[in-house]
This record gives sequence, C-alpha cells and structure tokens, in this order.
Amino acid sequence: MKAKITVKDLEVFFDKNQVLRGINLSINKNMITGIMGPAGSGKSTFISILNKMLEFEDNVTIKGNVYIDGVDIINSDVDQVELRRKVGTVFAVPIPLPRSVFENIAYGPRLKGIKDRDELFTIVKESLEKAFLWDEMKDRLNTSALKLSGGQQQRLCLARTLALKPEIILLDEPCSGLDPISTAKIEDALSDLKKEYTIILVSNNTKQIARITDYSAFFYMGNLIEYGPTEKVFTYPANKKTEDYISGKFG
Amino acid sequence: MKEYFVKYMLMAFALSSLFFLFLIFIFILFEGLPLFHKAGLKHIILGSKWAPTKGSFGIFPMIISSFLVTFGALIIGGPMGLSCAIYLSEYSGKRMKMFLKPALELLAGIPSVVYGFLGVVYIVPLVRDYFGGPGFSLLSTSLILGVMILPTVISISFDALMSVPKTYREGSLAMGATKWQTIYKVVVPSAKSGILASFILGMGRAIGETMAVIMVAGNALRTPLSILDPLRTLTSNIALELAYASGDHRLGLFSTGVVLLIIIMILNYIANFGIKKGS
Repeated sequence: MKAKITVKDLEVFFDKNQVLRGINLSINKNMITGIMGPAGSGKSTFISILNKMLEFEDNVTIKGNVYIDGVDIINSDVDQVELRRKVGTVFAVPIPLPRSVFENIAYGPRLKGIKDRDELFTIVKESLEKAFLWDEMKDRLNTSALKLSGGQQQRLCLARTLALKPEIILLDEPCSGLDPISTAKIEDALSDLKKEYTIILVSNNTKQIARITDYSAFFYMGNLIEYGPTEKVFTYPANKKTEDYISGKFG
Repeated sequence: MKEYFVKYMLMAFALSSLFFLFLIFIFILFEGLPLFHKAGLKHIILGSKWAPTKGSFGIFPMIISSFLVTFGALIIGGPMGLSCAIYLSEYSGKRMKMFLKPALELLAGIPSVVYGFLGVVYIVPLVRDYFGGPGFSLLSTSLILGVMILPTVISISFDALMSVPKTYREGSLAMGATKWQTIYKVVVPSAKSGILASFILGMGRAIGETMAVIMVAGNALRTPLSILDPLRTLTSNIALELAYASGDHRLGLFSTGVVLLIIIMILNYIANFGIKKGS
C-alpha cells in the first residue's frame, strides 16, 4: 500500500472560526477513501484543501502540510491549474455548463490545448464509458447537458472530470440529490474506477460509505475522530462518537 | 371600507404613470404627424436640408448624427463598462466593491449639464489641440456620452454577471481552467443577454441625452464626414429651436420628436427582449 496523500497537522480558520483542528492522515493509492460526518464537521473544507478551491474564499487561513506525491501543496508554490487537472472534483449538485454533452466533456481537454476533433472524440467516448454513461449518451452528444436527468448530469460531471485524466478524484456528496438507481450506477462506476485512480468520497450516507469504501474517516466538529479500514471502523469503532454516528444516534 | 379605499387610491397612482406615457405619446404624434402628411415621409426622413422657415424639413443628417454619437458612446463606454463590471463581480474584494458601487451611483446622479461643462472646458480644447478641427465634434460628444452611459452599462452587466451561478465558476475552475478562462468561456457567455441589454439601454441613454450634447457637439446642420466634424442630433435640434419656433417650423420639431420616440421604443423593445430571453 502506497500513500498518495499525506496530511500533517492541518488547521483551517475562517476569520477566527476554526473549522479543521489538527488533522493527520494518509490516503492510499487505488482505494476509495470515505469521509463522513454530520453537517459542519469540516468534510467539504477538507476536500477543498486538496484541490485548492478553498483559496477562492475570503479570509481563510491554512496551517500545516498536505503532501500529494511528496509535494507540499500548501506551502510550496504549486500551479493551481496543474493541480486541478491532477485532482479532479465532482460536486454535490451536478453542475454541467450550459453547453452540449460533448462540449462539457471536451471543455477540460480543450483548455489543455487539445484541438484535434478525433482526439477529443476519443477522450469524450472513453470518459463517458468509464462513467457508465456512453450507452445512454452516444446518440445525444449534441443535446444540451442541461436537458439530462439529475443522475445523468452527475455521471456527466464524473465523465468530464475523468476527461482531465486526473490521478485523484474528489467527490463531494455526489449522490445527495439522486434516486437509488442513479446512486447505484455512480457507485458501480466508482468501484470500477479505483483500479486506476485514488478516490475520495465525502458522504453523509453511512451506508454508502460502508458499501463501497476501503478506508473511512469520521470527522466531527473539525476533528478527525477515527480513521481506518472501513470494515474495522464499521464493526469495531474505537470511539464512542463514531459508533453513535454510524448507528444513527445523531447526525 | 378603508382597505378598499387604499387599494383603489394606490391603483390610481400606479396607473397614472401609464396615463402620462400615453399622454406624451398622443401629444407628440398629434403634433408631429400632420407634417409627415404635408411634407411627405421621404422628404423629412431622407431630406438633407433643414430650413424649416423656408419649407425644408430634412432631418437625415440629424438621424445619422444621433446614431453616430450613440455608437461612438457605445464604442467608448461599452468595453470600459463591461471591464469594470467584470472587475467588480469577479476580482474586487468586498472593500473595493463598497467603494466603487457608491461612486458609480454618484456618477449616474451628476446632472448632464455638468458633463457638458466638463466637456466644453477640457475635452473640446483637448480634441482641438491634439486632433485638429473645431473641437466641438463627434469625437468630443462620443467621449462625454461614453462616460455618461457607464453607470447604466456597469450596473446592468454587473447584475447579469452576478446572476451567473457560482457553481458554473467552480465547475470550470475544477476542470483546470484559469480564472480568466473561466470568465471569458463560461461567465460572460452565460451573462451575454444581460450584457447586451446593458449596451442597448446605454444606447437609449446616449441617444436621448440633450444638454451635454448641445454643449459639446457644435450643432452644425450637416452630416459629419469625419470624427472631428461638428454635428447636431435629433434631441439638440428640438431643444435649440423650440423656444422660437412657430407654425410649420414648430411642427417640424415635433416630427423630429416622433422619429426620436420611435428609435427609442425600438431600442427598449430589443433590450427587454434580450433580458427576457436571458432569464
């Protein structure tokens, strides 16, 4: 097992309000790592550190180290654009751009400077296949992405992230607005994708975390309460809080 | 009973604005149309000679001039206003916004005679010294009007840019776009109908402006052939001559008003259409 991401003593403040308190963990390559916790526990803040999206907010202070492949992305001068190509993100609400299906997926590759139509088409096709969406979309590449169903839009967002050829994929509650069938399709896609990628899945849904993740972390009030192999976390949680959360006593 | 009274009272006031609009419309058409009948539409719209006391009512040079200063204002105020709106909505911090927004509102509140004054004292001599010509010119007028339409262009395109969902920006940034790429590939295209509407409303403002234009345009009665030539717009024509006009001359000024009214109505219609299509 090889660590892809290592986090050391990470602290985040919004103004004077501390939202992450001394987080230490390392995330393995080719695994799905689940992050769970009640609202306001710092889960989303944690993943927006990894893609450096947090820096668009006002008055944020970040302390500590986050290493991706041994490079400290907090304290060294990392190219944000390069980083976001390496660390792809799928958001809670599917937000396709107001363009066609094809153009949504080709957007990232085009920004990289790929202009050749055939090459773009190959990327679009591969990405849609990996997101289990190709069969539904192959005849609809030119329809507006806004016309797709919620589940299709979310898989489209996954596909467009894959088109960047990232190494890490962050998913911030990707199934929160989806029906069980769409959720199952996304979960199937993710389980398939972990062979190639390092996946971090934030979710409120503990059952989902239990179903598809290999490692899981429990955040509560900005603290990392528990982290370990999912099987262990869900069967013998070390902390009472984790047990209460998993068994649905709060959250 | 009291509820009833309040309701109808407010309704009466609400309808009064519609009533005034209607009144202005009827009044201008009533006074302006007879001359179209008498002198002929073609004579008025396409005629190039304006000598109303001698029976020539051609306002073609003024129509052209009005359009020229309007487009001139747009060429200057459009890109400047859009840049400012983009800066305000995408780049500026809270403090800068708090400083810039009230400044803009103040810019909109300055009486047009002050702009004209500024134009006569600074812009006209500057144009005369550096570019030649009399200084009272299409260029000076466009410059002044360009600044005058800024508040309209900025505030409406700013609103359009702000109404682009934050999630579009995040989606684009997360796919490895830089901030600028996100702005010109996603944010501005999403807001384009609102931005277009801001330009058209700015044009409406420019074409209707009178006082500042009279002061810097030179008001010569011919079609300008270069940007340094003086010109007279439709609005200036009415304002300059109405005080002493009588008979057919007076009717000629109302005909000018009819043409102006129609142009402004078309611009407003296009702007509203653009806003509706965008939302």
